[in-house]
Amino acid sequence: MNKNLRVKSSEYIDETNRISFKFNDRTYHGFKGDTLASALLANNVHLVGRSFKYHRPRGIMTSGSEEPNAIVQVNPGTNRTEPNVRATEVEIYEGLEASSQNCWPSVEFDIGGINNFLSPFFPAGFYYKTFMWPASFWEKYEFFIRHSAGLGKSPTSSDPDIYDHQNVHCDVLVVGAGISGILTAKNAAKNNFKTLLVDEKNELGGSTIFENNEFNKIDNKTPSEWLKQEIKELKDIKNLEIKTRTSVAAYHQYNYLLARENLTDHLEAKDKTNKIRQRLLKIRAKKVILATGALERPLIFNNNDRPGIMLSSAIKKYSEFYGVACGSKNIFFTNNDSAYESALSLYNKGINVEAIIDIREQSESKIVKKVKEVGIKVYWSHTIVDTAGYKRLNGISIMKLSNDGTSVTGSKISISCDCLGVAGGWTPAVHLYTQSGSKLKFDEEKQIFLPNQNTSEQISVGSCGGDFKIDEIIKNLNQKLKDNLNIKETDLDNIKVEIDQENSKRNIWLLPSDKPLGKTKPFVDYQNDATAKDIKLALREGFRSIEHVKRYTTTGMGTDQGKLGNMHALGIIADTAGVKMGELGTTTFRPPYTPLTFGTIVGRNVGKFFDIFRRTPMNDWHVENKAEFENVGQWKRAWYYPINGETMHQAVQRESKAARESAGILDASTLGKIDIQGSDASEFLNRVYTNAWSKLAIGKCRYGLMLNEDGMVYDDGVTTRLGENHYIMTTTTGGAANVLGKLEDYLQTEWPELDVYLTSVTDHYATASLCGPNSKKILKKIIPDLDLSDESFPHMSFKEANIGHIQCRIMRISFTGEHSYEINVQASYGKDLWEKCMKAGQEFNITPYGTETMHLLRAEKGFIIVGQDTDGTMTPIDLQMDWIVSKKKYDFIGKRSLYRSDTMREDRKQLVGLLTEDPNVVLEEGAQIVSELNQNPVEMLGHVTSSYFSPNLKKSIALAVVRGGKDMMGKKLFVPMENKNINVTVANPVFYDAKNERLNA
Amino acid sequence: MFLINCPYCGERDQQEFKAGGEAHIERPKQPTELSDDEWAEYLFMRKNIKGVQFERWNHTHGCRKWFNMVRDTSNDEIKAIYKMGEKPPSQ
Ligand SMILES: [Zn+2]
Repeated sequence: MNKNLRVKSSEYIDETNRISFKFNDRTYHGFKGDTLASALLANNVHLVGRSFKYHRPRGIMTSGSEEPNAIVQVNPGTNRTEPNVRATEVEIYEGLEASSQNCWPSVEFDIGGINNFLSPFFPAGFYYKTFMWPASFWEKYEFFIRHSAGLGKSPTSSDPDIYDHQNVHCDVLVVGAGISGILTAKNAAKNNFKTLLVDEKNELGGSTIFENNEFNKIDNKTPSEWLKQEIKELKDIKNLEIKTRTSVAAYHQYNYLLARENLTDHLEAKDKTNKIRQRLLKIRAKKVILATGALERPLIFNNNDRPGIMLSSAIKKYSEFYGVACGSKNIFFTNNDSAYESALSLYNKGINVEAIIDIREQSESKIVKKVKEVGIKVYWSHTIVDTAGYKRLNGISIMKLSNDGTSVTGSKISISCDCLGVAGGWTPAVHLYTQSGSKLKFDEEKQIFLPNQNTSEQISVGSCGGDFKIDEIIKNLNQKLKDNLNIKETDLDNIKVEIDQENSKRNIWLLPSDKPLGKTKPFVDYQNDATAKDIKLALREGFRSIEHVKRYTTTGMGTDQGKLGNMHALGIIADTAGVKMGELGTTTFRPPYTPLTFGTIVGRNVGKFFDIFRRTPMNDWHVENKAEFENVGQWKRAWYYPINGETMHQAVQRESKAARESAGILDASTLGKIDIQGSDASEFLNRVYTNAWSKLAIGKCRYGLMLNEDGMVYDDGVTTRLGENHYIMTTTTGGAANVLGKLEDYLQTEWPELDVYLTSVTDHYATASLCGPNSKKILKKIIPDLDLSDESFPHMSFKEANIGHIQCRIMRISFTGEHSYEINVQASYGKDLWEKCMKAGQEFNITPYGTETMHLLRAEKGFIIVGQDTDGTMTPIDLQMDWIVSKKKYDFIGKRSLYRSDTMREDRKQLVGLLTEDPNVVLEEGAQIVSELNQNPVEMLGHVTSSYFSPNLKKSIALAVVRGGKDMMGKKLFVPMENKNINVTVANPVFYDAKNERLNA
Repeated sequence: MFLINCPYCGERDQQEFKAGGEAHIERPKQPTELSDDEWAEYLFMRKNIKGVQFERWNHTHGCRKWFNMVRDTSNDEIKAIYKMGEKPPSQ
């Protein structure tokens, strides 16, 4: 098992740099330059995982990002662990650890493997059909499913790595650095286009870099030698930036692409620290040139999933690029010439090739003749009907294929082998192309989907555009570059290409076996264990749309999005349903092309940078005085100020009493403030508020209610007239930005004739709200020369003043019902103002209070909070605030809606007060209200919106919205809770000082 | 992610903008004259078509100006952008 299959040194592998790593707790060795896959194969390890549903042993199939099977957990048990990583993409480094996923307890002995023997009971849609019934069993099923279907494990501690985002702008973005991408980038950059070339691999050159078919020559060199020279020349080209290990994840409209640049994943742990691990490139390109190449297709035959069965091109890459023989007895199974290249490549390295099974009747190309010359046996018109070996392939059985390709004839031949290379032709990698919104067309002759209608400035070149032969690639690339980049001459004009590739191919989507389909396992989607049988079952059960078949059979729904088998799934559906592939369409490829880490997606926006937060100028004082904070929108607001270990309830009761008995102070800086100027400012306010504004005298304040056009309350606040054409509007804390946006909308789009200018000044002012019977005395101490008499400075009026040299605006307004002042100063003086108030208020036991006490005090007065007592379905009439709706004004935003039949219904939910029978019982906010207890089902009349224990009234109070509540004054209702029913009485929502006598106390 | 050519600022990323629904629905000058149905038509009914649609956009994280856009909702092609108050381009 542990033999070394390294056959010959490769220039991409540094054999002087030996690396040890662990896989499933066992130590192996590889070399610098190896991927986890190539290093495991060099150690003759093929079995790397178990399949999702049947838990069948699975091996490495490919050499790239399309890998469906070799999905591993990297560095398990550490905070850097990552699940669902393709072993074919992991570059090994000293100390790397990886383990198999999807197997329990181990990859060698997997309990779920029993599903394989039970598989007749696991057809398509099995999970849908079975686990949905009975519903109460779901929890039991879920345990079983979650335990046996390992999808890897998330790290359990926080990610130690740094991630970054970068905006990139370029003239030409070239995706893929194979031969087409390299030639494109070179010519674009040479013609002064700022060019970015990206490739997901760590080396440039794509598959041509190991293309050494002796019958193909570019300028008399093998394509491999020729391309290496081209790559060397890239270094000296200006305007060209090359990013390797960079995978384009998403291609959005308007040439906006997201790419992940991998910077440290290939480094040892000690070299990873304090470096950016992955960078998300947000690329906006004027032109995108896709050179994403093509993916080799497998063939679909019975038991085509055993470890040791690989793509033919992957076997070739492992041998040429990594110097690894994937097996010692190799067989190829093909429908085209590319397997012959792989076979010769192995032969030239001295690796044994037993035979080639070709489903074609013949091929006359030079390379086929050469294969025969060197003595490799070719079975024409044959197909594999079965394979053997559980954890590793050990043989195949072949039979002659009938002329129509639907059955097999003759006798069965068994051949032993330990590695099978499968070559089913090539599928252009059009995933990114379709992500951009561009449309594909099916080419019936080549049996591939090709780019057809581009929606943005883009072209597809090379094999992703349908050109597979080197001569075609260069000729068509040359023309496309000239047309698309508008250039006259290129390097490609004088290249001489000799070619011996024959495109002859026999396409059979599902190869027959001597057994009926029901007894075979021809896998179409390896990762999700969907077989051809499942697809046919779905069609029999009536599914027709390709998107439905996909979901029902889970074909193409793995982390690899079915990169290998999707075409076969379509082919089998088309064959079975008797329609053309072109008419069937294809499934949608969605971003990301390969999975992205969450770290890459969020970049630097983690921890305290996850979301923006705003602090008031007085914030430091609140922190120093041990305030608890609450989030209000993006603001951090002081919630309450506990002293001597008080609970929140105790603190709020104390603060509330103090504010009414002597003096309280609140940081109101977060209230939205909009400066309104212009000769039509009064008219504008008339249109946006429900009440009248024209007659408001300069220096006076007024409360306003703003509706949406549908008549529902949107925001409220006090607006002050500072001058003839100058107002300052306050909004709710959370509504500030939206109110400004809404007002701008009306000004710009409906009333552009109005001369009004709006400016947000929320951040420019700090506001301290001084309240309570002693507030006047405190203000007098701070500004001794200001006339605070009720005659000079009555409730709802405004004065400008100076505190020392600091200018301030003072509004005598109240949200608590107490005599209060709102003092506004330039933000930078906010903390200073606050400290002056605290000092002046000391003799009156001035008490700072937070948002919770503010809410309680206003609830005692029955003042609403928009967003708490309203929810976008409350009109001012519902709130019993008819007094604020002008009957005289011809129009204002939302007025007409107040006269719609629905808004005028008497039985709408209306705001009322609620008192509990037991004054010590405090209702839960959100609790439902009913009038009958013995009804079933019971009618919900409404719910509690605000609820507190009032220390000033010494009883529980609540606001609620109740259907028809306006006419229920004094009625007894119930609030049913889990363990008891609470008796309540509908009351006036103004619980405290109904005559407003305290405003002038 | 669109690239939107704000008529006041130039080409900017879609992140800076907010879509504001169907364009050219004028607020009735005399709402009180309208029947419930007529008012509801203005208030609630929007086309939301697949194909060429006239819509309002606001450069919220830029100049804060509103403008109009003609967009094909089936492929997100922006066919025209013009200022508020300007006549829509004929299709
Ligand atoms: Zn702008």
